[in-house]
Parts: sequence; structure tokens; C-alpha cells
Amino acid sequence: MEKKSIINVRNLTARYGDETILDNISFDVFEGEILVILGGSGCGKSTLLKHMTGLLTPSSGSVHIDGVDITSCDDRRLHDILKKIGILFQSSALLGSMTVAENIALPVGEYSLLPKSSVDMLVYLKLRTVDLVGFEDYFPSQLSGGMKKRAGLARALALNPKILFLDEPTAGLDPVISSEIDDLILQINKSIGTTIVIVTHDLDTIFSVAGRIIMLDKKTKSIIAEGDPRYIKEHNPDPSVRQFFNRNSKIVNQWLQ
Amino acid sequence: MKKPEQIKSEYYNLSENDNGSYTVRFHGKLDAGSSPEIIAQLIREVNSLSFTSLTADVDDVSYFDDFGLLVLIELKKVVKNRNGKFRITDKNETAKNILSMTETDLYKPAETVKRKRPRRIIEQFGENVMKNASNFKILISFIGSALLSFYQVCRNPKLLRINDTILYMEKTGVNAVPIVALISFLLGLVIAFMSSLQLEQFGANIYVASLVSIAMVSELGPIMTAIVVAGRSGSAFAAEIGTMKISEEIDALFVMGFDPTLFLAVPRILASIVVVPLLTLFSDIFAIAGGLVIGVLILDLTMSSYITQTLKVLTLFEVVWGMSKSAVFAVIISWVGCLRGFQTRGGADAVGNAATSAVVSGIFLIILFDSMFAVGRSFLK
Repeated sequence: MEKKSIINVRNLTARYGDETILDNISFDVFEGEILVILGGSGCGKSTLLKHMTGLLTPSSGSVHIDGVDITSCDDRRLHDILKKIGILFQSSALLGSMTVAENIALPVGEYSLLPKSSVDMLVYLKLRTVDLVGFEDYFPSQLSGGMKKRAGLARALALNPKILFLDEPTAGLDPVISSEIDDLILQINKSIGTTIVIVTHDLDTIFSVAGRIIMLDKKTKSIIAEGDPRYIKEHNPDPSVRQFFNRNSKIVNQWLQ
Repeated sequence: MKKPEQIKSEYYNLSENDNGSYTVRFHGKLDAGSSPEIIAQLIREVNSLSFTSLTADVDDVSYFDDFGLLVLIELKKVVKNRNGKFRITDKNETAKNILSMTETDLYKPAETVKRKRPRRIIEQFGENVMKNASNFKILISFIGSALLSFYQVCRNPKLLRINDTILYMEKTGVNAVPIVALISFLLGLVIAFMSSLQLEQFGANIYVASLVSIAMVSELGPIMTAIVVAGRSGSAFAAEIGTMKISEEIDALFVMGFDPTLFLAVPRILASIVVVPLLTLFSDIFAIAGGLVIGVLILDLTMSSYITQTLKVLTLFEVVWGMSKSAVFAVIISWVGCLRGFQTRGGADAVGNAATSAVVSGIFLIILFDSMFAVGRSFLK
């Protein structure tokens, strides 16, 4: 079956000043899949995510979302595209002056014409989805790390976006909450068919949710592995890729040899 | 009441089966884009019917998410309010999947988000009293810890972060010179001009020089400088320390064994004590220069007579008095700025509040202490 692509990244090069972070990267994200972008610290995962969501403009190359080139389209079209995507930021980025309920209602109230009672009901449904009922009136500063992540996820999901970007969804959380978030990701993907792009280096998350992975490398500044994580773990010819999956440290290996 | 056989919409067909029993067949997408329109239109139409039961059929729906669920919930609310029966036909289990994701039971009474109960006036009063009491405690303990830190620095000067102190002298003092000079120059200009209007009538032009110098050196110079510094640096201290506080940097300092007061507050307070009196001196000089411009250009005074008159009325005591007042103001500004920073709790808005509060309470305390100085001085004489 031919899979339909929803995001096309073509020859993307990203630079901060003189320093090249990503060099000539091309890949596709297919509709309804869970794609994990991974790699060691500082390899440009978050930079890539920022380019895919229009927060940064590449020095060359293009990013098409749903057929629209977000690197060169005008603000109105970009705005329309942004309505179709939801983002969970690494720090959750909940607005500190608003309660959890107000944070979630923010995009709903802004972009749809639902009556007030329906907005309240929708907020309640979203909170049910992420298991945060009862914390409507809490301010973000009163929440724990895991709760902030879930509240951020609820806000990202508010309009049921076609594509969901998650930046380190399980970083800094305990294994139980991490696996709950992984389950939630799978459930969202299954129930409404949301395409999900995750940036992470949490191996548990990778193996439990990823349908496909793209691995970035700091040295070559490009993609060094692509495909099914389970297959790559065992069969990839590049030792540094297998090392990542098997948690081997180079120094330990050198010592052992 | 109109009773149409069948109502068609882009997203649903509403039709009557037999007496009083209706079916809504949804088709197409039930999502964020379509549901507001469906809710508004469908509820209006259902309300205009007389029915005993209503069935919602989602079998032909191509896409269904919790916005679709919202349509069903709103529909159910209307039917129940009219004491009708509500059923859902869901062969493909599209709705059921969403229901299980949100773990909502459609057959339970619909809950909505709880709203905070508005607090009563007595509760609010009590809360404020408690808050102010605890603020007062923090205020006193901060004075204590600042004094203790200064004592420690006096005993062991190596504890002072000298590089930070010099940096804050530059930020608070050197960088403020242009704005303080400009404001004071214009103020001198204005005072000279205003007083000349009256004094000219008596031919007492030369006393403009006395008035400008006395007013600026003993009162307005210190106050204007202090207000500018409170706005520039007091707020900056509060915002900087407040941001450090909410991002746990101060906790990190504490755990590493640093005294946050010694590390953050002492350099700022010390730098202010040194530079604010100097800024006041600048302010005095520029104000006198402003007066001089008016004196020479409008009042036909010679430059030398203006300067001689200024030097005649200004005593060293006046200058020292003004500068020592401004040293006290410097302590107040930097102390309040640091205190508000340390009191910050919460998020980005708390930092804003800290900065605002640092400026407002700083200016209030400056004026308060200035009046105390004025009263004190009258006793001195």
C-alpha cells in the first residue's frame, strides 16, 4: 500500500551564524505514523523540530506540510498550517499567568466558535484524556513536572491537530509516568489517527511507540540511520548507531578492548 | 410550531421515523471545524421540534473526535431537558473509541469544568492580613540577613564579590549619567524660568541663582536621582533576582554553600551606596548649568555673577547633606529591589509584579524618608 506523505523535508540546511547544525537533510513523514527523531545531545534534533514547525527559517532547503512550503509561504498560509499542528515543548511552555483550564481553552476559544459551555466541556474531555481532572484551577507553577507535561499535551491536543510534535515528552519523568505518556501517545495515534513526530533520546519511548526512526549524527550533521528501531538496533552496519541503542559508552569499550 | 419532514444540512439529516421519534444521521467530518456550526444549527432545530425520543446515528461519519463527542453531549443535554429519550447508533464504534480515550460515560450527567468559588470579603481580608504579616516577617529577616552579610564582609573583605560590585556600579551609576544629567538640566531650566517670572517683578533676578542651587542641592537633586535610579536599577534588581528565583538558580547557590544575600544583594547595595551620591552630585551640577543658561540668555545676568551668587549661598553642609540623603535613598532602592526579587514566587507574571512593586515601594519609601529628613533637619537648627 502506498503511504501518503504529510511532511516533506527537502535538502534542509540549518545554521546558527557560521556553525552548520544540519547539512542537506531530506526525509518524509507519512500520514498516521509515529516518527521518532533521535540522536545524541547536540546533534540538532530540537533545531530540526523548530525548522519543521516554522519557528526557524532554514538557510537553504524546504519543508512542506500538507503540500504547503512553510519556509516560503506568506503569514496567512503559515497561520492556516499552524492550526493543523500541535506542539508540546520541552519545558511545556504553559502560560504562567493562566490556570490549566485557561491554558487548554486558549486555542479552542481563539480558533473555534464554540459556546462557552461547550468549551468548558471540551477542556474537561481533554483533561480526562491526559488524566488531570481536578487540576483545572491550578497554576502551572503549582504542578509537578509530569503534570505540566500532560497539561502541555492537553493544550497541544486542544484542536485535535493532524500532526503533533513532541519535544522530549518524557525527559525528566519517572519510568511509570513516562510509560503512561507513551501509552497516551499510542492511544492518540490510534483513536484519531494523528501523525506524531517525537524528538527524544529515551530508549524506552523509542521502542514502545516508534513506528519508524530517523537518527541524526553530530559529526556528519545528517541522517545516519532510518527505519524500524528494532531492526536498526541489531543490524545497522554503523557501530556508533548500535552503540546508541545498546547504551555502550565508547570509553568503556576502548577500556575493554 | 413548524414540523418539517426532513431537515438536511451539510453534516447531518434530521428525519422523523414515526410519531415523535426522530433520527439525526451524521455524515462527513465531525471535528473542530464543523462542530461549532453543527451544535448551533442542530440545537436550534431540535428545540423547534416536539419529540419523545431522538436517535443520533454516527455510522456514516468519516472522521470523529472529541469535538464530535461534544456535539453528542450537547444534543443529549437538550433532549434530556425536554424529557425525551436519547440513543446513539454506533455500529463502527467510532464514538466508542473516543469515549474510551476520554474515559467519559455519555450516560452519566455531563460534568463541566469546575469554577473557583468567589471568595467572601472577610476571607479575602483575612488572607491579606496573613499575607502582609508573613511579608513583614520576610522584610525583617531580610534586613537582618543583609546586616549580617555586611558584618561578614567587614570582617573578611575577601567575601565581597568585587567584580560584581564594579559591574553594578557601572550599570547603576555610569550608565545612568546621561539620563540623570538631561533630566536635571531641564529641571534647572524650568525652576529658573518659573522663579524668574516672579523675581523679575522685584528686580531680584540674581536670586534665581540662589533658588536653583538651594532647591536642587538639598531637595530635588537627591529625590530626582533616587527616582530615576529606582526606575532603572531597582526594577532591574527585582526582575533579575526574581527570574533567578523562579528558575531555581538561587536554590542552586544556596545548596552550593553560598549565602544568596551575600552573593546577590550585598554587591548591588554596596554599588548603589557608592554611585548614587555621585549621581546626585552630577545632577546638582547639571541643574545649576540649566539655571545658568536661563540666567544668561533671558535674565541678562553675567555668567560670573551667577556663579558667584551660587557659590555664596551654597555651603559645604548643603552639598554633604544632599549626598548623604541620597546614600540613604540608595540603600532603600537597592534593598527593596533585592527584597522584592527574593520574594518572587510563581511564573513570569510574578517577575513583573516584583519589578513593579520594587519601583512603587521604592519611590514611596524615598518620599517618606525625605520628609523625615526635612523634619529632622528643622530640629537640628
